[in-house]
Amino acid sequence: MARTLYDRLWDAHVVVSEADGRSLLYIDRHLLHEVSTPQSFAALREGGHVVHRPATQLAVADHAVPTHDRDRPIADPLARAQVGLLERNCADFGIDYLRLDGPDQGIVHVIGPEQGFTLPGMTLVCGDSHTATHGAFGALAFGIGASECGTAMATQALWQTKARRMRVTFAGALAPGVTPKDMALALIGRIGAAGASGHAIEFAGEAVRALSMEGRMTLCNMAIEAGSRTGLVAPDATTFAYLEGRPRAPASASWDAALAAWQDLASDPDAVFDREIEIDAATLAPQATFGTSPDQVIAVDGALPDPATLADGAARAKLEKALAYMDLAPGQRLAGLAVDHVFIGSCTNGRLDDLRAAAATIRGRRVAAGVTALVVPGSGAVKRQAEAEGLDRLFVAAGFQWREAGCSLCVAMNDDRLPAGARCASTSNRNFEGRQGAGARTHLMSPAMAAAAAIAGHIVDIREDAA
Amino acid sequence: MIPLRQVEGRAISLPDADIDTDIIYPARFLLITEKRGLGRYAFHDRRGAPGFPFDAPDAKEATILIAGANFGCGSSREQAPWALADLGLRVIVAPSFGEIFFSNCFKNGLLAITLPAEQVGALHGAATAGATIAVDLEAGTIAAPGVTTIPFAVDADSRESLLNGWDETARIRARHSADITRFEAAQRRASPWLWTKDDIDA
Ligand code: SF4
Repeated sequence: MARTLYDRLWDAHVVVSEADGRSLLYIDRHLLHEVSTPQSFAALREGGHVVHRPATQLAVADHAVPTHDRDRPIADPLARAQVGLLERNCADFGIDYLRLDGPDQGIVHVIGPEQGFTLPGMTLVCGDSHTATHGAFGALAFGIGASECGTAMATQALWQTKARRMRVTFAGALAPGVTPKDMALALIGRIGAAGASGHAIEFAGEAVRALSMEGRMTLCNMAIEAGSRTGLVAPDATTFAYLEGRPRAPASASWDAALAAWQDLASDPDAVFDREIEIDAATLAPQATFGTSPDQVIAVDGALPDPATLADGAARAKLEKALAYMDLAPGQRLAGLAVDHVFIGSCTNGRLDDLRAAAATIRGRRVAAGVTALVVPGSGAVKRQAEAEGLDRLFVAAGFQWREAGCSLCVAMNDDRLPAGARCASTSNRNFEGRQGAGARTHLMSPAMAAAAAIAGHIVDIREDAA
Repeated sequence: MIPLRQVEGRAISLPDADIDTDIIYPARFLLITEKRGLGRYAFHDRRGAPGFPFDAPDAKEATILIAGANFGCGSSREQAPWALADLGLRVIVAPSFGEIFFSNCFKNGLLAITLPAEQVGALHGAATAGATIAVDLEAGTIAAPGVTTIPFAVDADSRESLLNGWDETARIRARHSADITRFEAAQRRASPWLWTKDDIDA
């Protein structure tokens, strides 16, 4: 029977199957970070387990770490203890740890691919919902909880229920100013925050094929915001070119063998998907979120919806609540809305392409008075490369802060946090209540749009900024 | 894991859709490396809002939560189910769940039940009226006064594990170590590049 890419990846990793459709899946790789694993290691110790294949594990600290003054010990005692615990656990269990003061540290979903740790055809898990990012390489990658992190380390296998298959095809080419972030947001706006729940998404179509690996990662990263644990792009020449020569990728004869095996990692032409979504990429406008769920999104030149027009009581209540939290009114426009903070970074948009796009928006202008703007590279390697290209100087000269790699303002659990009532143009992936700080308000958008908002002091339509 | 067979008690009704795990357990408390005692941070930033159901005087006795669609969406943080379990909850019923949250619940002795919205609606009614709701995992039923007994399904393995309080890691090791070894031998032959580092490290 014709199979989808998801079927192929799944079938290749089934250890045993149950009659009710669940399978014990073999797990090839596990990425660890400091926040989701302390309790996993505690469970290993309690159960008297060892790590079954330490060579398949890679750990890094990213969520809790400060993005400034990294030459000093972490000031927050809880964060310091958490990072210290990861270091100790990795040492005790023989796991590779990318040190906070080393050159390879970064956000877990940035360093996995960068290291060549993420490869096509493998299963990869991490105690983090944005593990879907790695699906950009044609890997079956999904987020798990801390208990499952422990299970994956001890047994190299997890019980999983197979998802239904969903294909999202972006036909045509993106218009200038429209980015992978806009593709992701437009999809979520179309199908809803639970729209792909129970499904594994494969992204296809001309606009997806044309994307760099960075762009594909942005797209797969936000599969979870559409409710899916898994986003996939079939690997191709772009994928292989990105991976060749990476530190942890196979080399020489091993590379040739892998490359040969990766060639047929695609859906059969006649494979049937349970659900198909088609989006005309050419007609997409730049997007921005207005609410507290990623599906509360509109084209930046559109007007906010009116709860009064919604017949369904629950939907109306949700929209009313979101508008109240965001301090916005029905019919209002996002373009022109004042922001006081801007965040460029995260595992969605903290890669080199993203920083280049943001920097290209500056064109000699400066961050508006009263706006605090942060640029946080997704990894040490991204930071070094950006600096080699002089992007840091462009940002700093324009009044942006240039930071060390980490999750930073994507999640309010490190030193970078917004005060209540702050309004932020952000390139991250979640606009949840309190995500960037209790009472803070988040508008998700692309890196160029966020940079343009920093300069204007309000949200702008990037197509007009460029004109 | 504490076994779960029957749960009978008061239920909290929280009908809002898309309650994400950042709301259930705000990120700033993720720096705590413990698993126990997290209930005090559950819904921290919603506490004190007018009519928030977890603030009701009898909410402390509740063992069941009737929730809205897409409950537990967002971040994979297992602190969300840990905190809810720490509040004494054993069962969560909703029209749909965030998938990672759903799976996390079962690892922590929390029974997550997906039911059609209409039936969840009836249970919201019963919970709001302060009724006692009875969940029977062995029989696969939920009963509440004024509501026709509702059957529910849970996959066989999760059900067995909950009924017996089994730990997943120990169970996989006990039942499938040989299967895993067989799989590994085959993969090592077919895809040796996935094993290079094991060989270097060994
Ligand atoms: S950048 Fe944000 S979404 Fe990505 S791993 Fe860090 S906290 Fe999670």
